Amino acid sequence: MAEAGLRVELRQDAPIPLDVRFECGPGELLALVGPSGSGKTTILRAIAGLVRPRSGEVHCNGETWMGAAAFLPPQIRHVGLVFQNYALFPHMNASGNVEAALPVSLGRAARAAAARELLEFVHLGGLESRMPRELSGGQQQRVALARALARDPKVLLLDEPFSAVDQVTRRRLQRELAQMRQRLRIPIVLVTHDLEEAAALADRMVVLHRGATLQDGPPLEVLARPKNALVARLVDFRNLFHGEVVAHDAAGGTTRLRWEGHDLEATHRPEYAVGSRVCWGIQPAHCVLHRRDRPSRGERENPVAGVIGEYLPFGESASVTLWVDGRREVELRFSVPAHVGARNGLATGVEARVSLLRDAFHFMPYEPLERLPGPTGETAVDPDRVHG
Amino acid sequence: MDWQALALSLQLAVITAAIMLPLSVWAGRALAWRRFAGKAWVEALVALPLVLPPTVLGYYLLTVFAPSAAFGGLVERLSGVRLAFSFEGLVLASILFNLPFAIQPAQRAFEAIPKEVREAAWLCGMSEWRALCRVELPLAWPGVLTALVLTFAHTLGEFGVVLMIGGNIPGETKTIAIAIYDRVQAFDDRAAGVMSGLLLAISFVAIATVYWVDRLRRRHG
Repeated sequence: MAEAGLRVELRQDAPIPLDVRFECGPGELLALVGPSGSGKTTILRAIAGLVRPRSGEVHCNGETWMGAAAFLPPQIRHVGLVFQNYALFPHMNASGNVEAALPVSLGRAARAAAARELLEFVHLGGLESRMPRELSGGQQQRVALARALARDPKVLLLDEPFSAVDQVTRRRLQRELAQMRQRLRIPIVLVTHDLEEAAALADRMVVLHRGATLQDGPPLEVLARPKNALVARLVDFRNLFHGEVVAHDAAGGTTRLRWEGHDLEATHRPEYAVGSRVCWGIQPAHCVLHRRDRPSRGERENPVAGVIGEYLPFGESASVTLWVDGRREVELRFSVPAHVGARNGLATGVEARVSLLRDAFHFMPYEPLERLPGPTGETAVDPDRVHG
Repeated sequence: MDWQALALSLQLAVITAAIMLPLSVWAGRALAWRRFAGKAWVEALVALPLVLPPTVLGYYLLTVFAPSAAFGGLVERLSGVRLAFSFEGLVLASILFNLPFAIQPAQRAFEAIPKEVREAAWLCGMSEWRALCRVELPLAWPGVLTALVLTFAHTLGEFGVVLMIGGNIPGETKTIAIAIYDRVQAFDDRAAGVMSGLLLAISFVAIATVYWVDRLRRRHG
């Protein structure tokens, strides 16, 4: 039995640098995330056979689609690709678009029947004769999906499939994809710059930056434990700082960290030597506000005080920026339910105290933080889409 | 009214358009989608007949077509066809001076097809040829039709090049545009007027067709 699933390894220096390597098993949904220009779309196009990187390999179910000597054209790879802008055939109706991907050998009647079935599968029953321009964005996306599935694909590729629809439609389409996955036993690769979407839909997430794979793992794992400060920035990990390891206490299971004049206690991390500088981070959910009305037991755990630099009610919660010890350059971000903020009198300029939960400290190798890029999707121009 | 000249012109226009049809699709696609060294030069050469005086083009063609010239001599030796002052020479000249009219509208039409739509066709399993027939031509046909109509009308009315390389041989190179000039020289205003009116009508219908097709495309596009 040949190995099942998709295996991708791509390398090139130009025009878009690539150095990626990942696998995606049958029935697995893999999310490729990264900022604009990180090569996400190029990777999908290489899997589909629409571009040929300088070197690398693409294998699917034991077949070599691309290798040192082999390059299968897109026509015979059996790839289902949903383009970001759907790329429906504008002169064919919904049924025609799907039929176009069905084998000619089926015959006209069988193709029409199969197209009807596929359109029903994507909840478009009854709209077979609509032209693409008569369909909403969400409906066009479903036609594109039905067309991709009509090829009986060995792998399904989705290029930011939910980026061009409104939020209500996006939620519904995401739910449908999650449901549909259970019936599709093929690898699915989803390109997105929406981290929440990746976390909600994917089994595994690959973080890309400038065409290189930085980290590969379950989304919640990657989001909670980025391998280094760069990944942390790319997955929008808040509260990223420098610190110095000052002591280890193996018996007590703790490591002490010096940070901006504070002596903090974290879970034991012996791999970072005493005296070494580190990057460390703590997610907003693990910064616990000290309540004014009743002090609680946890308050002795790494207490930090400061002045609220910004208090921003945002729906049912409020986002808080704390200037630690009143220093503007040391910002700690967390959020509280809006009613908790109100009850504790939180507002810009007010003093507040938080505890940093010991078990939530995440250590990463030292690197300068100033030169790291912002979180994903902040570049105005997407170099991924300027080729062609 | 010189019916023989009219028939000759129609024959020349139909043959030229028939040859230009595949050429406009092939060259239009290539210029729309392929990237190659010297593409700007090729595009400039295609557009050149738009600005070149027909007599200048005719002069160079005459120089090249002459049996004493390398090209004209080679063609005559290989096929027995003399290009200068012959119908075959007119067809070849027609092809050259129609390059911009035949290729540019087709090129614009193919350029308007998004790259992803063509790629989607390949991913549907369509070969290049099938993608051309099922996706590209159904989307680009107004441009190709425009190319055909312009070629046809332009060939019918071309004067300068025809005069230079064709001369004025009845039934061989005397087209309707030449015949009009001929009649005016002979003070036969009536015949010149009838033939001019006919060319005016044909040209107007041709151009109107182009605009009508464009409207149709926009309404359904």
